[in-house]
Amino acid sequence: MGYVLIVGAKSDMAKAIARHYAENGYDLYLASRQSQELEAFASDISIRTQQTAKCIELDILDYASHPSFYAALEGKPVGVISAVGYMGKQEDVQSNFAETQKTIDTNYTGIVSLFNIIADDFEQRQSGFIVGISSVAGDRGRKNNYIYGAAKAGFTAYLSGLRNRLHATNVHVLTVKPGFVATKMTEDLDLPEKLTAQPNEVAKDIFNAQQKGKSVIYTKWMWKWIMLIIRNIPEWQFKKMSI
Amino acid sequence: MALDSWGKYPQIQNKVFSFDQNKTLPDLLDEQDEWIPFGNGRSYGDSALSANIINTKPRNYFLAFDSHNGLLHVQAGVLLSEILDIFVPKGWFLKISPGTKLITVGGAIASDVHGKNHHVAGCFSECLDTFRLMLPNGEIVTCSKQENTDLFHATCGGMGLTGIILDAKITLKKINSKNIDQTTIKTTNLKETFEAFEKYKDKPYSVAWIDCLAKGKRMGRSLLTVGDFSNDGDLAYQSKKKMNVPFNFPSVALNTWSIKTFNWLYYGKTQKGVSTQKVDFDAFFYPLDAIDNWNRIYGKGGFTQYQFILPKSVSYEGLDEIMTTISHSGKGSFLAVLKLYGPANENYLSFPIEGYSLALDFKIEKGLFELLNRLDQIVLKYQGRIYLAKDVRVSKETFEQGYPNIGKFRALRRKYKMDQTFNSLQSRRVGI
Repeated sequence: MGYVLIVGAKSDMAKAIARHYAENGYDLYLASRQSQELEAFASDISIRTQQTAKCIELDILDYASHPSFYAALEGKPVGVISAVGYMGKQEDVQSNFAETQKTIDTNYTGIVSLFNIIADDFEQRQSGFIVGISSVAGDRGRKNNYIYGAAKAGFTAYLSGLRNRLHATNVHVLTVKPGFVATKMTEDLDLPEKLTAQPNEVAKDIFNAQQKGKSVIYTKWMWKWIMLIIRNIPEWQFKKMSI
Repeated sequence: MALDSWGKYPQIQNKVFSFDQNKTLPDLLDEQDEWIPFGNGRSYGDSALSANIINTKPRNYFLAFDSHNGLLHVQAGVLLSEILDIFVPKGWFLKISPGTKLITVGGAIASDVHGKNHHVAGCFSECLDTFRLMLPNGEIVTCSKQENTDLFHATCGGMGLTGIILDAKITLKKINSKNIDQTTIKTTNLKETFEAFEKYKDKPYSVAWIDCLAKGKRMGRSLLTVGDFSNDGDLAYQSKKKMNVPFNFPSVALNTWSIKTFNWLYYGKTQKGVSTQKVDFDAFFYPLDAIDNWNRIYGKGGFTQYQFILPKSVSYEGLDEIMTTISHSGKGSFLAVLKLYGPANENYLSFPIEGYSLALDFKIEKGLFELLNRLDQIVLKYQGRIYLAKDVRVSKETFEQGYPNIGKFRALRRKYKMDQTFNSLQSRRVGI
């Protein structure tokens, strides 16, 4: 079935997605920084599923390296999934510009740089799928994480435009907006259990949506309705709120 | 947060630290807090309960497999069921497996578990090539029967009290079928049950379900099942969809009458004498795994399993006395399992000795612990011992008398400062 390229492969969500795709017969390129740390995970995938999993070094912030990174892949992927994400503490992100920039560049600029290259290749080959994991935080800016949210909002808009551009060439673009997910990134937060997805639930939702060719999904599903309400709160009211 | 053990008793609040590839574990162990590693929560009592828990299940990678000799290298959070899902279709099985496959490899080592083949194959440590252990000071050591042997013998059966088991190499065995050729022997009393065990002791797998409410001349009537892997070449295996007990039963659901009825039906439906069947390995080894959350049938108050073992020379006498005491108490056990064991190993706290073990499930209720204390005295009188992986209430004195190597274990814990870092409610209670 060919290779799926997973970007930001060290995150809990990415690992769950990788396992799910391998279980369904795909081989994997696992791209991340310090990719040797993924070797044990790659062995695990191979033993569990008989699929091949290759670890590849990628620094999403080293934009200049992206063309050669992609060119070096022997056997171009049939699809790419980005699970890249960085969420710092809001106080640090708003007071320290280096943190602001890291948030924007990791969640937006870096992945756009890579997706531009892959989109050109898929467009030319007239096949492939592109999955971007954005966030419900991009649906409306809140004081608790608006810089992260703004980067994700930009990414959501980028994916929307990319979907529009590639529609005619049979390349499918899926936007994923997870709500709360129980991962290392959120380990210290006190999340409501019913609204919090486990990484393998997110993985399953993404796989099913990608296979069905959907455009935008929320996971867990109830976030679609929660965000519908949040988006529709009038600004004069919203600005006073603490959510 | 509140992580339960399988018996749902006791229930305590705890702080859980999830451990996967986290490099901060040594820092964590360096803090003043005490910890206990927790696998899949299938020990019955309080051996993995503490105010601070290290959840080891997320660390669950398969690292390597050598198909020439069956050597499998896994991280300690891998479940036995995951190993079977992957390797049964390739013709491999666990050399040693307990009556549930829903335990982690780390848990299997920490309880030095055993299965229906103990009398011929021994405990889990027999299939264990090496494992790596993180000590309280963060140092990682490799342990085997040749290397760091004191740590090996303390950790196998050491209830997680010696450190964090990181990964292990275990040897799998070749099979030609996922099926078991099974023989069932229906016996009418305890004497016949013992005779049947002896008669079939060359069969690699054997266990008896015993009707613990039968009195008088029917006392000890059993269904002994023995078997071995078939040779029919059928390896097509997919784990089945499971039934589930969706909520805690009312605590009155299990009483003497319902258990009597069950036992009567279960014993009665089996044909007299000796019969043979072909069943798949799940039905043979793991009948209760087919029902998710079966522990809920005991109600929200929870239950415990009382498992003891007696030396072979006095097993009949001792069991006779214990079964009589139980049937007079009127407290029924839904599940009562009798098993023949082979010789003890060198591990300091491993449960098995050569003889017979009986395991009984009891709902936690008024008067139960008094009964179990009485049974303890009979077990000690016959120089038996209690299984820590099932226990939630045994006293320090009873425990110590059953385990003559406890001094070595305590000395090793002190030497490595394990006693200041790793403790469970159980280790506190029995003073280990």
